[in-house]
Amino acid sequence: MNFGFSAEQELLRAEVRRFLDQNCPLDAVRKIAETPEGYSRDLWARMAELGWVGLRSDEAHGGVGLGWVDLVVVLEEMGRTLFPSPLIATVLAGVAIERGGSEAQRARWLPALADGSTIGSVALLEAGDQLTPEGVALTGERKPGGTRLTGEKLFVLDAQAADLFVVAFRSGPAPEALSLALVERGAAGLAIESLPTMDLTKRQGRIRFDGVVVPDDALLGEPGAAWPILSALIDGGAVALTAEMVGAAEGALDLTVNYAKQRIQFGEPIGRFQGVKHPLAEMYVDVESFKSLLYYAAWTLDERPEEAPLATSRAKAYASEAFARIGIDAIGLHGGIGYTWEYDAQLYLKRAKWSRPAFGDADHHYERIAALGGL
Amino acid sequence: MDFNFTPEEEAFRDEVRAFLDENLPPESERSPGFPLEWNRKLREKRWVGFSWPREVGGGGGGIMQQVILKEEMARRKAPALGVSFMGLAWVGPALIEYGTEEQKQRFIPDILDGKLQWCTGYSEPDTGSDLASLQCKAVREGNEYVVTGQKIWTSVAMWAKWMILLVRTENDPADKHKGITCLLVAMDSPGLTVRPIRNMSGGEMFAECFFDGVRVPVENRLAGEGQGWKVTISALAHERSSISEVHGLMRHLDGIRDLAKRCTRNGRPAAKDPGVRRRIAQADVRIEAMRLNGLRFLTKQLKGEKLGSETSINKLHRAALEIELGELALEIQGSRGALMGEDELVLEGGRWQRMALGWPEVVIGGGTPNIQRNIIAERVLGLPKD
Repeated sequence: MNFGFSAEQELLRAEVRRFLDQNCPLDAVRKIAETPEGYSRDLWARMAELGWVGLRSDEAHGGVGLGWVDLVVVLEEMGRTLFPSPLIATVLAGVAIERGGSEAQRARWLPALADGSTIGSVALLEAGDQLTPEGVALTGERKPGGTRLTGEKLFVLDAQAADLFVVAFRSGPAPEALSLALVERGAAGLAIESLPTMDLTKRQGRIRFDGVVVPDDALLGEPGAAWPILSALIDGGAVALTAEMVGAAEGALDLTVNYAKQRIQFGEPIGRFQGVKHPLAEMYVDVESFKSLLYYAAWTLDERPEEAPLATSRAKAYASEAFARIGIDAIGLHGGIGYTWEYDAQLYLKRAKWSRPAFGDADHHYERIAALGGL
Repeated sequence: MDFNFTPEEEAFRDEVRAFLDENLPPESERSPGFPLEWNRKLREKRWVGFSWPREVGGGGGGIMQQVILKEEMARRKAPALGVSFMGLAWVGPALIEYGTEEQKQRFIPDILDGKLQWCTGYSEPDTGSDLASLQCKAVREGNEYVVTGQKIWTSVAMWAKWMILLVRTENDPADKHKGITCLLVAMDSPGLTVRPIRNMSGGEMFAECFFDGVRVPVENRLAGEGQGWKVTISALAHERSSISEVHGLMRHLDGIRDLAKRCTRNGRPAAKDPGVRRRIAQADVRIEAMRLNGLRFLTKQLKGEKLGSETSINKLHRAALEIELGELALEIQGSRGALMGEDELVLEGGRWQRMALGWPEVVIGGGTPNIQRNIIAERVLGLPKD
């Protein structure tokens, strides 16, 4: 029994933190967030060189061969400084290809995703905004020479940056009759637009498929049997996102604690008043608790996949609720300054709002927990 | 990170399971005297005081073995690991750390055998959360201390044979922690009067204790004069990873899931109600957070680090859960939930009503939630003391 990080993982954490402190403090994050791309190609390339993009891809395909827990360490640090990058989207595209891809597909894409030269993403959600098999309506019509995709995907992570999309589409009327296709940016009939996100450090897009033809060798996995892969993708995405949320929530807590130590009112630092210190203590309880839930969920993804759905839902449900509260309390405890554009507290609040629905909000995950618990 | 157990640990788990298979009757067949009988059986295995050194009669068990033992016992709904609750929880550990040889020999075997109960004389009418402000006074006269004052909220004082008592032996206005001394007092001492207090469940679990010139031999002082605060702090530090509490809460939640399937709300099972489902799931997540927090603290202990104020995290979770589970159980039962006493409409013998009225014992007893928040804010987050 060891519920702690290894020396190597602690080293990795220190390395990522140093890299981000040096290269991308919050004022640099703000500058990146104002660019149309929404991320820094230069920092992306350097991260890839350091092995963080291909951290959990296997070594045979150009990755480092580490696990979800290691990736969580990196994402937690990125969350702390709200670092904008297409890392989660790229990792998830890799997971889908790893699980569903033929050897040729793996050899073609995994090394490029691991070294950062190809940015990947996954296109799951549609107008119904539903993370269940029924949520996929995009049609795939069998034609000579391939499958014609028609429909629209929404809220696609880093759609503007991505070169390659893993696309879920419907291949039959049964709820779980779903398939996956690999679609490259620039395919005929594909139109990508940015969506205006509240959190400018996170980018999403709308993708229209107007008869996009996917050749057979770009279909991923067995046709009609994609739901287990999609389900694993959603769990992986929820864990990855929760890792960023933990880091960001801790960032918001640190910012607010420091402010409470310095801000003087009634002749005292406001952190002496229980009306301030108790909400801060509650924030700390939440941060530590969703850390525990997150680390365990990440561990199950690699070590006990049968427990992963429940562990993941517990982590994301708690995180969605707690981080939302932390974002609001961080602003409230700052008072007027917290409401301004120039002060950083608002950045955390917006991240909380962005993270809440992504890969399932609290409602979605609580319902899954209830069902898994036999209700 | 690794949540698996070693082969030695698994072997110990098998040993515990085999013992339970052989010795533990189902809940319905256990007599009221069974806990004491269980104490005797566990004593033979040295599983009472399992983590205490073997020299004093303990089991000399390691942290992981202790966790496994508690887990397996909880899973099978076995009675507690020994009946002398406070004796095992902190009197024994304090004796082991600060007691004289003579004190250890005199008191520890009885605690392990479950022969007598201890009670804890900490709180006073004007001393609750601010424990170090206590005023119950002891004056040295020859080989005795003469104790005058009052204690309150003293759990099981009416059945206890001994009390671990904090008194003031010196008044130092500059440092109230300084003049506190710890005494071990026989409950049948002349001048000591116990008056039970009826709580809101209608039961009598705690009492007021009046000291009117109670004479306590100096040999019953634990640690030196003025060392009482140190004894108290280290006794509290013996609190562990909340394994037993987590299993207790899991059991309650299982019971609530059953209730939700049996009770109807608006003409359908409560288990189908989205609000009920969500609250059950929320409680499930909070209990799991407690379990995993506990394992993180345990890992620190295994690495030889001392646990600091982080254990307040689980105390806050537990407080919230003790209240929420009682509330949820009553709400699921609708109008039946507001009955109490003998009637076929009262489900499970009023178990949930007792829980809904019983939480203060746990939530207030071990330091109120607001005190836990202060501890976290000041000791972990470094905010100024108020």
